[in-house]
Amino acid sequence: MHPTIPFVTAALLFGIGVYGVLRRRNAILVLMAVELMLNAVNLLLVAAGGLTGQVFALFVIVIAAAEVGVGLAIVLQLYRLRDTISVDTVPLSDPAPDPVVPVEAEALR
Amino acid sequence: MISVDVLGPLLPAVPFACALVGLLLPLRARRPAAVLAVGGAAVALLIGIALALRFRQPFGTSVELVDFGGLPVTFGVRVDWAAVYVALAVGVVALAVQAYSVSYLADDDRYVPYAAQVSLFTAAMLLVVVSGDLIVLLVGWEVMGICSYLLIGHDRTLPEAPGAAVKAFLVTRVGDVGFLLGIALLGIEAGSFRIADVLGAIATGDLSGVVVTTAGLLLLAGVAGKSAQFPLHTWLPDAMAGPTPISALIHAATMVAAGIYVVTRLMPVFAGTPLTVLGVMAAITMLLGALAATAQDDIKRVLAWSTVSQLAYMAGALAVGAVAPALFHLLTHAAFKALLFLGAGSVIHAVGSNLMSRMGGLRRGMPVTFWSMTIGLGALMGLPPLAGFWSKDAILASTEGHLLYASGLATVVVTAWYATRLWLRTFFGAPRSDAAAHPHEAPPLMSVPVALLAVPSALLGFAAFRSGFGDRLVMPLPAEWVGEYSGTAAGGPAVVREAVELVHVGPALAWPLLCLAAGSLGAWLVWRRDRAADPARVLGPVRPVFANAFYLDAVQDALVVRPALGFARAVRRADESIVDGAVEGTGRGTLSLGGVLAAAHRSGLPRAATAVLAGALLIGLAAAALGGLA
Amino acid sequence: MTGVDALLLGLGAVAVGAALLVVTTRQVVRAGLWLVVTLGAVAGLYLVLAAELLAWVQVLLYVGAVVVLLLFAVMLTRAPIGVSRDLDRPGWPALLVGAGSGFGLAALLADVYRWSTVDFAPAGNAERVGADIFRTWVLPFEVLSVLLLAALVGAIVVSRPEIGGRR
Repeated sequence: MHPTIPFVTAALLFGIGVYGVLRRRNAILVLMAVELMLNAVNLLLVAAGGLTGQVFALFVIVIAAAEVGVGLAIVLQLYRLRDTISVDTVPLSDPAPDPVVPVEAEALR
Repeated sequence: MISVDVLGPLLPAVPFACALVGLLLPLRARRPAAVLAVGGAAVALLIGIALALRFRQPFGTSVELVDFGGLPVTFGVRVDWAAVYVALAVGVVALAVQAYSVSYLADDDRYVPYAAQVSLFTAAMLLVVVSGDLIVLLVGWEVMGICSYLLIGHDRTLPEAPGAAVKAFLVTRVGDVGFLLGIALLGIEAGSFRIADVLGAIATGDLSGVVVTTAGLLLLAGVAGKSAQFPLHTWLPDAMAGPTPISALIHAATMVAAGIYVVTRLMPVFAGTPLTVLGVMAAITMLLGALAATAQDDIKRVLAWSTVSQLAYMAGALAVGAVAPALFHLLTHAAFKALLFLGAGSVIHAVGSNLMSRMGGLRRGMPVTFWSMTIGLGALMGLPPLAGFWSKDAILASTEGHLLYASGLATVVVTAWYATRLWLRTFFGAPRSDAAAHPHEAPPLMSVPVALLAVPSALLGFAAFRSGFGDRLVMPLPAEWVGEYSGTAAGGPAVVREAVELVHVGPALAWPLLCLAAGSLGAWLVWRRDRAADPARVLGPVRPVFANAFYLDAVQDALVVRPALGFARAVRRADESIVDGAVEGTGRGTLSLGGVLAAAHRSGLPRAATAVLAGALLIGLAAAALGGLA
Repeated sequence: MTGVDALLLGLGAVAVGAALLVVTTRQVVRAGLWLVVTLGAVAGLYLVLAAELLAWVQVLLYVGAVVVLLLFAVMLTRAPIGVSRDLDRPGWPALLVGAGSGFGLAALLADVYRWSTVDFAPAGNAERVGADIFRTWVLPFEVLSVLLLAALVGAIVVSRPEIGGRR
């Protein structure tokens, strides 16, 4: 068996997963791309790791399942709040407070 | 009794101390300031007289001030008879001017700093006269320039005063740059700044001919600037914007003569090409000044151009190597030119205007001033037996056979013409203005110095008959110096010089007298035809050319001033856009970079994810490349 | 080219092709379905690589549970059935980074291994894998079960409707 073939396959899958994470706007599609990346890593582990690699791949599958569960709970909560699950609308920091508008001089008279 | 060794340095020190105290006085302290000023000048004169009485031999002293790594700067004096006579002249004129100023500036509320500045100027001039070290001489030279600037611009209500002060300063500055370079060259090449050492090095041949000639030409630039020779003469007529006593002291008798004096002190440096250049400049300036004086209406400008012309006489004498006649004329010129300026000040004071077209018929109301100025103008023209005749004749006799003789004779004609014109226009004929119709003689504090200055103007010429006087004006041989000043190699051959004759009575005397008569008669005849009109009208179309001194001011403006201003504007633009631009650009660049980074922080989730993954990719690539796996 | 290699190549091509379709298709539901194909192909690869238990766990969990969950989420967030226009963000950074990482890794691995040959590892059947887990890797196994519990609790907590509903 030539190990290069599964290795290259895994590498290409990983690259496609990265592309998907950065390209897609819908949060669920992003999660799908993340699954692609995880599968690529699993493939690499299995092709290169022997028995230990298979055990590790098993663990990764379990963790991926847990992650998808929690992740989708968050996405659904976001949908409930914002009525959209576009990743563009997720702010990373608190918005800047509104600048204090000076009171009109007229109002003081 | 104080020895001459102390009297020498004391000469500039006393007026300097008076100046320092005077500068600290408040503006209301007129009395103390006047006492300090007149007293200081009087003490300086007394020191000069004491020095003259106790003088036995040329001497010098020096004290080392600083050592610039092998180049010492000393403070010392170098006193010979020429220095003593010039110092006496400076003292007399300074005292006369200080006394005159007390009355002339009676209603000026800035008299106190004025008096202190005049004392400072006197100290600086005396420093130049007795200095034995080139650097100390330079200090005195520059301080004179500063005082000239301050004093020309004294009257702040005159619109032309600040411009004239700046012009005087800048034009002499151009010359002073050359002066400084010349001194630096001489000092470095000779290994010392002491005049004795420099002259000694020239005599023994330590300084090559090229160095000496270059230094001479550079020093000549400074001389031309200070002594208002072509082409650096343009500042002197404009400097008449200063008060009249200042014109008398600085721009007639002393500062402008300092250039001539320095040439006589450093004569071996100027030998050869520099003297030829000086001769050419003198020949041009002589006629230029005289012709310009013929067309002026302002009485002070006539005298200013006359000064330019007379300085050219002295420069011409130096150019042919005749040091004694030049110094002799310097002394007589100091007397009669100071007299003329102070007298003109009295006239201006009485009439309230500088212009001769407002004067006329003043001889009846101002007799003292009239007779004193008559003597002064006679001396200026060279009328025997007044002082100017003997000194001018000495110069003409020494330049016989040169081009300078011809231009000197031509200048005698023109000088006689404008002097007679001034005399007739001011004091004769009908008064041409109300003030001239009711003149009053000047107050005693003004008219007495004028009258007293008439004495040397009349009699100083007879000093030429005293045997040994001419010899005293020439620089002594190295062997005659006492003290540290025998600079040349010991055991040099004893040179016996022939006696210097200042008086030449002979058939050649006829020529200047003929020229004098021609010029004077010509002016009188033209005036007689129409006593109210200006004799200068016969100049016709040439008159504006003469009045504007052949438009040399405009030439200077086009050749020097405009390019300099344009260059300054370009430099300023470059500074604002390039230098300031670089500084401000750095600030702006930093701010915009900060803005970029702030925007990056504010980016949304997807962009952050892109950044993280791209970063991881780059690190992986770098690791592969550096780790040697790729 | 042995049969194993042919199988590996074929299944790999299917996996990569389906993955490409997952990230490029314009319809959300079809992306989920192409994901099923990809995961199935990967399970096939596992089988060829003698990881039997893993292959079936892959089918069970990934294809059976994870994809179903994703499709449920698609339904609950009212994703449009049919073509939707604004599904993609600007493509060039994604292309750069994705292509860079994919091809970079591929080049790296291919460069290292070239066309070398290895023997197969012993088959990973349930007996073998189980014995390895419960001898060597029992601690991570237990931790994993705690992780699953935490994930369960977390998912319930995050899904509470009071969050964000009340001010």
